Amino acid sequence: MQSGLAKYAARRLVLALFVLLAVVTFTFIVARVVPSDPAELYVGPKATAAQRERAQLELGLNRPLYVQYFDYLRGLLTGNWGISLKGHTSVLRDILTYLPATLEIIILANVIAVLVGIPLGVYSAVKKGSLLDQGGRLTAIAGVSIPSFWFALLLQLLFFGTLHILPLEGRLSVIVAIYYPVKTITGFYTLDSLLTLNFVGFVDSLRHLILPAIALATYPIGLITRMTRSMMIEVLRENYIRFARANGIIERVIIFKHALKNAIVPTLTVLGLSFAYSITGAVLIEIIFGWPGLGTYTLNAIIEADYPAILGVTIFGTIFYIVINLTLDIAQSYIDPRVRLT
Amino acid sequence: MQLKAAQRIRRRSEVQLIGASIRRDALTMAGFAIILLFVFVAIFAPFLAPYPNEGAGEPNPPNKFLPPSYAHPFGTDYLGRDVLSRVILGSQVSLVVAVVVIALAILIGTPLGAVAGYFGGKVDEVIMRVTDVFLSFPSLLLAIILLATLGPGLTNAMISLSLTWWPWYTRLMRAQALSLRERAYVDAAKVIGVSNLWILLRHVLPNAITPVLVQGTMDMSSAILAEAGLSFIGLGAQAPSPEWGLMVSTGRIYILNFWWFPTFPGLAIFAVAVAFNLLGDGLREILDPKTRRFVQQ
Repeated sequence: MQSGLAKYAARRLVLALFVLLAVVTFTFIVARVVPSDPAELYVGPKATAAQRERAQLELGLNRPLYVQYFDYLRGLLTGNWGISLKGHTSVLRDILTYLPATLEIIILANVIAVLVGIPLGVYSAVKKGSLLDQGGRLTAIAGVSIPSFWFALLLQLLFFGTLHILPLEGRLSVIVAIYYPVKTITGFYTLDSLLTLNFVGFVDSLRHLILPAIALATYPIGLITRMTRSMMIEVLRENYIRFARANGIIERVIIFKHALKNAIVPTLTVLGLSFAYSITGAVLIEIIFGWPGLGTYTLNAIIEADYPAILGVTIFGTIFYIVINLTLDIAQSYIDPRVRLT
Repeated sequence: MQLKAAQRIRRRSEVQLIGASIRRDALTMAGFAIILLFVFVAIFAPFLAPYPNEGAGEPNPPNKFLPPSYAHPFGTDYLGRDVLSRVILGSQVSLVVAVVVIALAILIGTPLGAVAGYFGGKVDEVIMRVTDVFLSFPSLLLAIILLATLGPGLTNAMISLSLTWWPWYTRLMRAQALSLRERAYVDAAKVIGVSNLWILLRHVLPNAITPVLVQGTMDMSSAILAEAGLSFIGLGAQAPSPEWGLMVSTGRIYILNFWWFPTFPGLAIFAVAVAFNLLGDGLREILDPKTRRFVQQ
């Protein structure tokens, strides 16, 4: 069976590489169809013709497109993702600088979603038709229907505007940033402040994280609740559950050990979807909370037609998505061998 | 007598059965009612809006930032326009978006799926690998990239969303076509020499289209939400369009002082999305073969 797992993993890996190549090619073509001249953006509007020519040479724009494409592919593998046209900085380094801020919200949002969605889905299914179940169904539907950017505004209005208990935006309060600055080690403010025993910084960065994470968690909560509920309902109808009941096993053990273990597998796939959603969802949320993450970076790149940055972010997003899905698929096939057959 | 009754029952079409089960579920029914209201408002928007000119974008500066009142139930915005009128006219944009995005995606996706499932082999392999690529990629990100190239605007936003959406319908259609091609009537048509194209058009498509249309209805909420998101970041509808996402975007900075301005357009998006999801959930439960027997009782 172990070899079956390896074979499955290998097949998925080949497909993932194929997808990645296709996405790189596609975005490269799309980005280069842009009518604006990259060299002109690179040197700015006041540059002379000679400067522009030198920039063209520097960026390799004078060579045939296919040569540029293969150069770009080689660069991707060796960590040279191009130079941003606006800031003249390395795109890969930019992405890695902005990434931790985004990951911090995405991870917290998905943790919230799992902690809320799975119990809610399980209890909804167990008490199917009850008032609690109606509440669970409505939460699931509201979660996938609410525009997160609008919900974020309402959260700001309530927790900052009315109750004055949480900050409006940013990653740290100005006062804290001055007197208790968080030293950057990993880029995750909550983690860095803990590592440097900066508890004031930790509490403050956590307080700044709460609203963006909740706003981003709405859609994942909906997805996970819905999936857990419907899978649990299905599994609880199975014969082996009735058999376990007939054997007098306590209901709690039946629900959490026998049923949930089987119902949780498809929830893993949904978790992949929700992470994927979070990458793009973060673009909307980061604008509202003035969050200096990848979403903000992407949007600026688009506004400035900074094509190396756009390409870089797209490819990075795809890799992120593929890696998460691959991991979850392999985890799923490890838990449930039937998956390997499809 | 009994035989006749049985025949009458059998003659009730699938649509009637679905209709009957929708009526039985309060939540599904509520969703359906909101959608009907939404479509009605969208069609008659210019007549329903109290200030149709302001709704379309004409500024009225002396009235700016008026809180909700009898004259302006949703208040007024930063240009003094009646927010209720803007929300009512905005329903037209959202309805067009939902219908166009999904219809276009179905038009691209289903023929490919039918061909893949019906012919199988190499064609199938190629089409399915292409859909794999599209589906292993965050689709909203792809739409954003496409928009960065095509340039912002409502039409381009709808096109990019359709271009990222079609593979779902290809998959669905392929699964249908795979099972339909084994049917006796398809074999019979082949034996008497009917062309493949005609079989696809006359026998496969009509029999496979119902699930595709149901899925399309369910996807309308996602289409509306995605387009509102694109407009919110400035890549979709442009001012002075009364598009809901754009209204939330322009009202965003006023949330603490004039909450009504961004709140009501967002509420409209939420209500319509909830309605499509309630209906979609109900339809899924009704059409699911595992729960189906409850329908026919």
